[in-house]
Amino acid sequence: MRNQTATQLLFQMSSPGRGTIVFPPSDVPAVSGVPELPAQCLGSAQLPLPEIAEPDVVRHFVNLSTLNMSVDSHFYPLGSCTMKYNPKRHERLARLPQAATSHPYQPESQLQGLLSVLYEMQHMLAEISGLPGVSLHPAAGAQGEFTALLTAAAYFRDRGENRTRVLFPASAHGTNPASAALAGFECVQLSGGKNGFVDLDELKAQLDDRTAVFMVTNPNTLGLFERDIAKVAQLLHDVGGLVYIDGANMNAILGKTRPGDFGGDMMHYNVHKTFTGPHGAGGPGAGPIAVRDFLAPFLPAPIVTYDAAKNWYSLSKPAKSIGQVRTFFGNVGILLRGYFYIRTLGGKGLREASELAVLNANYLLSQVKDFLEVPHGDRCMHEFVASGRKLKEETGVTTMDVAKRLLDYGFHAPTVYFPLVVEEALMMEPTETESQQTLDAFAATLRTICSEPAELVKGAPHSTAVCRPDEVNAARKPILCWSAPNC
Amino acid sequence: MAYLFDTPEQRRRMLEAIGISSIDELFTQIPAELQLKRELHLPEPVSELALEQDMTRRLGQGGTSAGICFLGGGVYDHFIPAVVDEITSRGEFYTAYTPYQAEASQGTLQAFYEYQTLISQLTGMDVSNASLYEGGTAVSEAVFMAMRVNGRHNKVVFAGTLHPEYRQVLETYFSRLGTTLVEIPHENGVITAEACRAAVDDQTCAVVMQQPNFFGCIEDITTLTEIAHAAGALAILAFDAVSPGLLKRPGEYGVDIAVAEGQPLGTPLQFGGPLLGIFTCRNEYVRKMPGRLIGKTTDRKGKECFVLNLQAREQHIRRDKATSNICTNQGLLALRTTVFLATVGPNGMRQMATLSHQKARYAASVLTKIPGVSLKFQQPFFREFVLQTSKPAEAVLSALTAKGINVGPHLSRFDLHNVSGMENCFLVALTEKRTREEIDGLAEALKAVLS
Amino acid sequence: MKPEDLKYAKTHEWVAVDGDTATIGITDFAVQLLTDIVYLSLPTVGKKFAPGESMGEIESVKAVSDIYAPVRGEIVAVNQSLPDNLALLSDSPFEKAWIAKLRIADPTQLSQLMNRAEYLKHCEKDHH
Repeated sequence: MRNQTATQLLFQMSSPGRGTIVFPPSDVPAVSGVPELPAQCLGSAQLPLPEIAEPDVVRHFVNLSTLNMSVDSHFYPLGSCTMKYNPKRHERLARLPQAATSHPYQPESQLQGLLSVLYEMQHMLAEISGLPGVSLHPAAGAQGEFTALLTAAAYFRDRGENRTRVLFPASAHGTNPASAALAGFECVQLSGGKNGFVDLDELKAQLDDRTAVFMVTNPNTLGLFERDIAKVAQLLHDVGGLVYIDGANMNAILGKTRPGDFGGDMMHYNVHKTFTGPHGAGGPGAGPIAVRDFLAPFLPAPIVTYDAAKNWYSLSKPAKSIGQVRTFFGNVGILLRGYFYIRTLGGKGLREASELAVLNANYLLSQVKDFLEVPHGDRCMHEFVASGRKLKEETGVTTMDVAKRLLDYGFHAPTVYFPLVVEEALMMEPTETESQQTLDAFAATLRTICSEPAELVKGAPHSTAVCRPDEVNAARKPILCWSAPNC
Repeated sequence: MAYLFDTPEQRRRMLEAIGISSIDELFTQIPAELQLKRELHLPEPVSELALEQDMTRRLGQGGTSAGICFLGGGVYDHFIPAVVDEITSRGEFYTAYTPYQAEASQGTLQAFYEYQTLISQLTGMDVSNASLYEGGTAVSEAVFMAMRVNGRHNKVVFAGTLHPEYRQVLETYFSRLGTTLVEIPHENGVITAEACRAAVDDQTCAVVMQQPNFFGCIEDITTLTEIAHAAGALAILAFDAVSPGLLKRPGEYGVDIAVAEGQPLGTPLQFGGPLLGIFTCRNEYVRKMPGRLIGKTTDRKGKECFVLNLQAREQHIRRDKATSNICTNQGLLALRTTVFLATVGPNGMRQMATLSHQKARYAASVLTKIPGVSLKFQQPFFREFVLQTSKPAEAVLSALTAKGINVGPHLSRFDLHNVSGMENCFLVALTEKRTREEIDGLAEALKAVLS
Repeated sequence: MKPEDLKYAKTHEWVAVDGDTATIGITDFAVQLLTDIVYLSLPTVGKKFAPGESMGEIESVKAVSDIYAPVRGEIVAVNQSLPDNLALLSDSPFEKAWIAKLRIADPTQLSQLMNRAEYLKHCEKDHH
């Protein structure tokens, strides 16, 4: 039973004049002899914020929450997003005093515990990537890309080289070219070969002394491991360029292979994916980067260092640091959750997590391939991309329709229409934290949907609170803010 | 592995369905010579209990980590009502992702639409996005946006009273783009109209200011904004997110883009991250805006609902021409701020700002009565001010820390150009949480340290 | 204007030449490819463009394209009402949905453009 009253907009629930008291009265006397605020800088009226009683606030948001699908409530095979279980222990541990209430300008003497954990995390990420220089500083994966590219640029400048071009395959995440442009590089897109793999000849033709970095996701966005990655890296290194590994798909290879071992010079992690920071309806993330030793002096500040003689952890700035890309140390709250995860699993557990993620993806693939085309073969890493092309040709039912119909059955949809190289793409990433029963139920539902009457599927979803919002009108005349109706 | 489901028998059946006999066969996709032949060198796995014991030992000391906290400089020790933690702890919110499937995400989408509206109400600006990483990057994103608006890429002017870390981020972001960053030197802690006029010309893309500024002082934003506009530059303001409870809202100064660190509105300090980048602008620039935007629309049945809007600006469509490389927003923190503002309302914001201000005045008054202690800048302030003492600030603050009181930061930790004599200076910040007893205690402690 | 009488750029702009003035719009083919158009930004009158330089943007829900100047010149007029009547782009692409008028600086560049038949062939190639 939906509570429609409680899910009105906050602003419609407001009763002006309610006069909520939140804080105690002032316990300090008025003073003179201190410069007074000039009248012209004071606000003129009460802020036009809504006035709502606390119980109504609670009921409002609790009811809103029931309009969401989430990992805690639903299977969420959103490809490329690694929607794995978010361990509850992380949430409680993240509230420990030093984790939650430390001020960034607090003295190091009070932060030794926290800094020791962050120091350990730097080492863990170095070990997992096979790249020894780690910065926990970037706020998210995209900022990690940008930061690593600036680090590379500083390295080239230091060597007196002027390298201007960043290359990436057409199947790259949109953040790759966006970050490269932001970092002042010229973007060169390669069309790529079969199965989204890098076409070595095409790559070779583009490489010269202007080449700075090749950005590549491995496994790629089709869920396939780039078999020629070592050759790709060799080609780059031969012309003095660097290889950047977009770590979005690390969940496939933890403990199985390492970017540093297959030729990567730099990478970012998406902590909220691989190491289960909460996805938070879109963030926060954390995008630590790992780089080769010769790039480490250029990493952003601050990093945590340890003086064994004094048994002392401190924040320091690498010798030729590019500086800061954000305020303060980093997204510590998210990094800690990643740390808790790595501690809980250990090396063996991480490896097993990747093995099961790959097993689950391949199992799901095996259960859908007889009724949904999987253009890139019957093996994948942690995710695969199916195509609804035939279904569309035969019945007019599109991938979007299938995605919407899945919601009716209580499953979140896979990622749809990405990557662009697959028509009517459905990108599925089950993750390791799903049981065989769940995967079976999901596959059976997909099968059912593919044989349901087209009309029914095209009208989906039928059971959700809303059905197919009008995106065109939304974009033509954007309404981004509630405003009071004219009286 | 800790989060395990399948029995060996189920696993065998899955392998059989795939048509293989071992998981290793799946990993033949990775060339053998690239496979890691050993286990990762990581600490042994631990149980939940053992992890909690270890973490409590290392992260659990000292009750509230920050002691009695008079620390400022961008993030502050404000009160967070329990409602905020309760609501945002709901798995339906924190284990959902980006609301790509609108029908499965109306809870998130509506909350973000409410966030955008609340931030517009708080700032007096036309439009807010659904948040960026944090205040410092929001400043840099604002400058990029200004370049898209007026097409001037060569020169950006910023106030010397801008947070030094914001300025550092700006320098890093623009280090390779050939943009000249020009600092307006301050005079007695504020930017004068003359100094601003001298720095701004018809090449200037934007003037970046902060209110109250990094030193806590109140700037004449109206005048500085007029100077920017007269030169065809945009006015960008970083403001204290609590200040609209007492001071003018950014929109009332006529600025074009207003950004803030949203941490004071319901987010714990967490050693400085994750935080919340508030980002607002005028209506006419909305399509040049970075970050995610939620819009109201109707569904097939004419029912009001919410969707991700104007996505064509974003990196997943526009790639190298995107308005920003940002992919995430700070969803969970935006939700915290939404719940926070809904709970405290206009009265709460007024109380919070007024209490912080009154306590700052009281603190300044009692502290400057101590011999050897004075206000560095004789300027009106909101909730934070620079104290100058007779001894080096670093030593003074260490001595206060030893007494369980944290004050600062001391200004010599920053690379502040055009400022001399900062080695004896530090910031003192107040929030509604500090009591008279704590302030008097600070005064006593400081007196003892200096004598 | 009849589509047959227009000149076309590879980037899907059409050009109607009248003396030293070129009226510019985007083709029916491009509009169809973009699907539901939600936004159009016009160039500023008085601004000068080189051929191939972006003078505006056209946006659908899922894509954005630049509108490129087909020849060198200065913008002398823009269709102010078009951004508020985007339906014209599909209803009347070659008449009412003109985007801008440009004073041609170098008429020789007109010879670089295609005729209707050539353009249609180009579209066919482009689409496959």
